[in-house]
Amino acid sequence: MNRIDQRFSELKQQGRKALIPYITAGDPAPQYTVGFMHALVDAGADVIELGVPFSDPMADGPVIQKACERALKQGTRLVDLMQMVKEFRQTDTTTPVVLMGYLNPIERIGYENFADQAASVGVDGVLIVDMPPEEADEIGPLLKSRDLAAIFLVAPTTSNERAATICAHGEGYLYYVSLKGVTGAATLNAEDVAEHLAPLRGMTDLPLCVGFGIRDGVTAAEVAKVADGVIVGSALVNRIAESLDAPETIAGQLKSVLAEMRTAMDA
Amino acid sequence: MTASETVSNTVLKTKFSDLTRMPDARGHFGPYGGRFVSETLSFALEELEKTYFSLRDDPDFQAEFDYDLAHYVGRPSPLYHAKRWSESLGGAQIWLKREDLNHTGAHKVNNTIGQALLAKKTGKPRIIAETGAGQHGVASATVAARLGLECDIYMGAEDVQRQKLNVYRMRLLGARVIPVESGTRTLKDAMNEALRDWVTNVDNTFYIIGTVAGPHPYPLLVRDFNAVVGREARRQSLEQIGRLPDALIACVGGGSNALGLFYPFVEDDDVAMYGVEAGGDGVETGRHAAPLASNAPRGVLHGNRTYLMSDEAGQVSDTHSISAGLDYPGVGPEHALWKDVGRVKYVVANDNEVLEAFRELTHMEGIMPALESAHALAHAKVLAPTMRPDQHIVVNLSGRGDKDIMTVAKIDGIEF
Repeated sequence: MNRIDQRFSELKQQGRKALIPYITAGDPAPQYTVGFMHALVDAGADVIELGVPFSDPMADGPVIQKACERALKQGTRLVDLMQMVKEFRQTDTTTPVVLMGYLNPIERIGYENFADQAASVGVDGVLIVDMPPEEADEIGPLLKSRDLAAIFLVAPTTSNERAATICAHGEGYLYYVSLKGVTGAATLNAEDVAEHLAPLRGMTDLPLCVGFGIRDGVTAAEVAKVADGVIVGSALVNRIAESLDAPETIAGQLKSVLAEMRTAMDA
Repeated sequence: MTASETVSNTVLKTKFSDLTRMPDARGHFGPYGGRFVSETLSFALEELEKTYFSLRDDPDFQAEFDYDLAHYVGRPSPLYHAKRWSESLGGAQIWLKREDLNHTGAHKVNNTIGQALLAKKTGKPRIIAETGAGQHGVASATVAARLGLECDIYMGAEDVQRQKLNVYRMRLLGARVIPVESGTRTLKDAMNEALRDWVTNVDNTFYIIGTVAGPHPYPLLVRDFNAVVGREARRQSLEQIGRLPDALIACVGGGSNALGLFYPFVEDDDVAMYGVEAGGDGVETGRHAAPLASNAPRGVLHGNRTYLMSDEAGQVSDTHSISAGLDYPGVGPEHALWKDVGRVKYVVANDNEVLEAFRELTHMEGIMPALESAHALAHAKVLAPTMRPDQHIVVNLSGRGDKDIMTVAKIDGIEF
């Protein structure tokens, strides 16, 4: 069983909701990333989304754009991410890791090569922001045959017809984008989210996780009431950006931000 | 239609017939094109596609478009025989398709008129656009003013500096020009920012993409709206030359003016086509914007798969060109396919050759071309002398050079 499915089935048994942090790999420098991942797990992360830095992150707001710039300045490449996951797996064999990013770095190294490397280092899922299911014909089977979950986005603008297609293709969990906009843009409206999640429940058994606009324990707890998982990115990446002159303090800060959410969600 | 034309059409049908049926239903041009966007935009693109296909063959829509092109843009644009320049080059006759004479000064307005009509149909009160040299921004601001729509233009901060005149024109027209400070601060970053805006304001905003790139259906509709250039040039060639030209030349950044000119000739096998990319300091220096001519790898950016200048890790490369309008690392997906099947030959003109062509046309014909269009002229300078005086080349003079005076003056060491 894929680690993602395993984790969600455990959570379901425990009656808990998933907490899914995102960080951009290589930010502020590659040597910190694995340490951050372990810190996030210590603070209660159930799944880790590891961002693949890209020069043109079109769906991201300024916070993650700058994180990409910092990571790229340090020379972080997709092959380096693979090494990070490999290192993480030496001590953590249970926490699922999802690579999240844009298609071009994957196109460049080749789909098959990418899938082989990801599977061999212990990646569990792949979320490519600019690749809707219609464009996933080629990479989809390559991921599936290696037990890598292809995770897709559903947005407030997604029609029911499209949602059905996405549900049919999706694996691992569905990533519901809580608002129209880029990452880190605004605070979500939990009632609105609940309204959008309802029809999806009828279409799929996949866990429904919500991202965009979750900033603190309060919003995390609100979302956890209506969704199966809470995804938090910019709120963490912001902490990294604010502590560039004291990088040794970042792991502790990430831990405390996430722990606050964990506590609020489990209360 | 002449006898020779009929024959050549028959030959072409077997060879390039597939090209006129592109893209397929999902917006693919062979392996290129597509709709690589984040999910929030899928709905808007489906809606745009539906709107466009419901109007594409609607006679009323066509009539409205044609009326605007005739009475607002001033079409047809002339096909002008540059006799003096042709004689001095000592080879083929050069004909200039005078898109520089359009209202707002470039071919860009053909597309913005078309997309503005679509915006009107969808009832959205706000338009956004990205711009490089500022011509598409000016053309968008112009149609927005005319329709009373709110208009925000994204422009790389570096381009805002080198195209001050167009920035002010847009502001005079009532648009807000938003300088983009991220990335390389040029056209690609302006497009990133426009996409971010669109994803946020998708309910009330129509995005007028200025070139034959972006997610489906943009490459298709921008081509369709610009194809009036080639249809006119074809008819004018038959009238003024008495036959089809031997060669067509156009500059290629994203590639909208080139596709506009080339598309109606695609099945005319005897008509050679040359797309001229920005060679910058020279392809060998790496400081250029020529993804096709330099055989850049395939990649995905801004919603479509195409040839894309990127490094081994898939990060998009910095580009360089004297002309802001060609300073883009990708190219329209239909050009990528035409390169692969060999229908168009893609070449480069370097910055210094471009300046020389700019000065030469200005001196010899009294026509000041845009630096973008001067790339096509620079290749005409190379090609014409290799041809006979009874042969004919049509060059798309896609825009006028007023906006570039500051750039050229700076090179000449003149400050205003």
